[in-house]
Amino acid sequence: MERPNYTQDYDKVLRSLYRAIIFLSSFAVVLALGLIYYGLMGNPFAPKQSPPVVDTQQKQPVSRSAAAADERIEDGIHLATGLRVADGFEVVRANCTGCHSGKLIAQNRATRDGWQEMIRWMQRTQGLWELGGNEDTILNYLAANYAPQEIGRRASLDVEAIEWYILEE
Amino acid sequence: MKAGIHKLYAKGPKNADRLLWGRSANPLTRRGFLQKGALAAMSLALGSEMVFADYFPEGLIPAALAHSDEPFQLPGKHPELVVLNDRPINAETPAHLLDPALTPADLFFVRNNGIPPEKEAINPASWILTIEGASAQQKKNYTLPELKQRFENVTLQLTLECGGNGRKEFNPPAKGNQWSVGAVGCAAWTGVRLRDVLQDVGVKNNAVYIGYYGKDTHASGDPGKEPISRGVPIGKAMEAETLIAWELNGQPLPWLNGYPLRLVIGGWPASCSGKWLERIVVRNQVHDGEKMGGQSYRVPCHPVAPGAKVADEDMCIIESMPVKSLITYPKTGAMIREGQPLNLRGHAWAGGHEVKEMHISIDFGMSWQPCRLERPANRFAWQHWQAEARFPQKGYYEVWARATDAGGIMQPMLLPGWNPKGYLNNACHRIAVKVV
Repeated sequence: MERPNYTQDYDKVLRSLYRAIIFLSSFAVVLALGLIYYGLMGNPFAPKQSPPVVDTQQKQPVSRSAAAADERIEDGIHLATGLRVADGFEVVRANCTGCHSGKLIAQNRATRDGWQEMIRWMQRTQGLWELGGNEDTILNYLAANYAPQEIGRRASLDVEAIEWYILEE
Repeated sequence: MKAGIHKLYAKGPKNADRLLWGRSANPLTRRGFLQKGALAAMSLALGSEMVFADYFPEGLIPAALAHSDEPFQLPGKHPELVVLNDRPINAETPAHLLDPALTPADLFFVRNNGIPPEKEAINPASWILTIEGASAQQKKNYTLPELKQRFENVTLQLTLECGGNGRKEFNPPAKGNQWSVGAVGCAAWTGVRLRDVLQDVGVKNNAVYIGYYGKDTHASGDPGKEPISRGVPIGKAMEAETLIAWELNGQPLPWLNGYPLRLVIGGWPASCSGKWLERIVVRNQVHDGEKMGGQSYRVPCHPVAPGAKVADEDMCIIESMPVKSLITYPKTGAMIREGQPLNLRGHAWAGGHEVKEMHISIDFGMSWQPCRLERPANRFAWQHWQAEARFPQKGYYEVWARATDAGGIMQPMLLPGWNPKGYLNNACHRIAVKVV
């Protein structure tokens, strides 16, 4: 009764042939990519240098605009703000760097009283808000990290910092 | 990795990708991340996951990070300017880069109190300067092309120095940008005399002061606040060298230095020379704009001990800057051979006066040797000096430079009168030299 369906058989053969071709060519592509990778990048099985990882320990909730900034920390300095990472850093960042660069803080030195005067001046003339309980935290941070150094009437040249070079004329 | 993110990317974007994120892209498409760790590092820095990371081109700074750390380069400025503050922008010129007779535009220091107007939004052809005020006979507007056309065009070499140049050395420290020696420059400025324009408007006999207003905005973003609005007494405003300028060394003003129009008032604190100039008011009293009062650009009327607190009413406005000089060649740190003479040169200026003598010392002031000193190109232009030093034996030396003005006033070797805000430090400039 049943008549052999040659068309169906033919289709079946064709399909397995296709599968074989696709399988083999994908194998070839993977192999080729592997070779290209090897050629360009070196041995993928060699011990890898781990990428410099962002310091996650210091990552604390920050404001939305700050989240976009460079959060890396080098030598204890937070790169985006230029501020020293220490107790009170986040409070200082949140209250101070909205209006001016952290670099302005980092280059200045003052006693606790001196810093408080600057805050009062900013509140009086620059629209700085009342700091409430944060003021103590901020002043402690500033007094501890940006205190004056005794340099006398005029400091010596910083001989260590000078880039010495041979001058030929 | 001391360099900022932009510097790294400038050196070699692919390399920066690898250094910063451990990232390399698919070598065929030049996109994506071949290492999963790299994507994780970048995502963490961005504070969110990077969608479509596979399409992110190699060697590109994510836009969200592009604002950070260190500006790649201040627009229109030399990469070696020392940036003290990036909001508002303040940058000084290392002394050895001030060597040219006239300071090039890209090396001219930047002291901004506010945020400059957007450069693309500035149209010099329709820029308007308004003159008005209680002691002006009328309110009058001039477009920039009208100023150029209606009044005599003048080119003068004028020295501008920030009142706080040298603040870094104050002890007890003074707050503000910690300038070392490079908040100074002298350029050829082209413009019209403020005097000619004021006379065209008409100035009443009771005029005391002029004040300026610019198009820059307050750093806090508050539109109700002026970043700075200072000025000078009417007598200074009427001097032949006081300019409303649109060119520096024959080119339109650099954007960060006031493009398209500014005041240039040589020899006085540069804060008197308003930038992005829109309006000048002729006042019948001392101008009371932003940073005229309180302690800004003021020093104690009577000398005080270091660290003293001074009440606002005992602070007086700075006028002429003091006598000063710089060694611009060689750069500090020069090592020379025994017996090799050292050529030295630099500039000297004296606020409203002329420099009459210039000396250097290689023995911390025990002996001074005179230098060759040129006359200024015009009033308030800095003067060039040259000298040759010989060193008696091997060792460490400092060369100190000292200018003397026409009144016989010299630069001090120590810090001069301490003042609360750290202005007017004109102590001798010095460089280190080794004879080896």
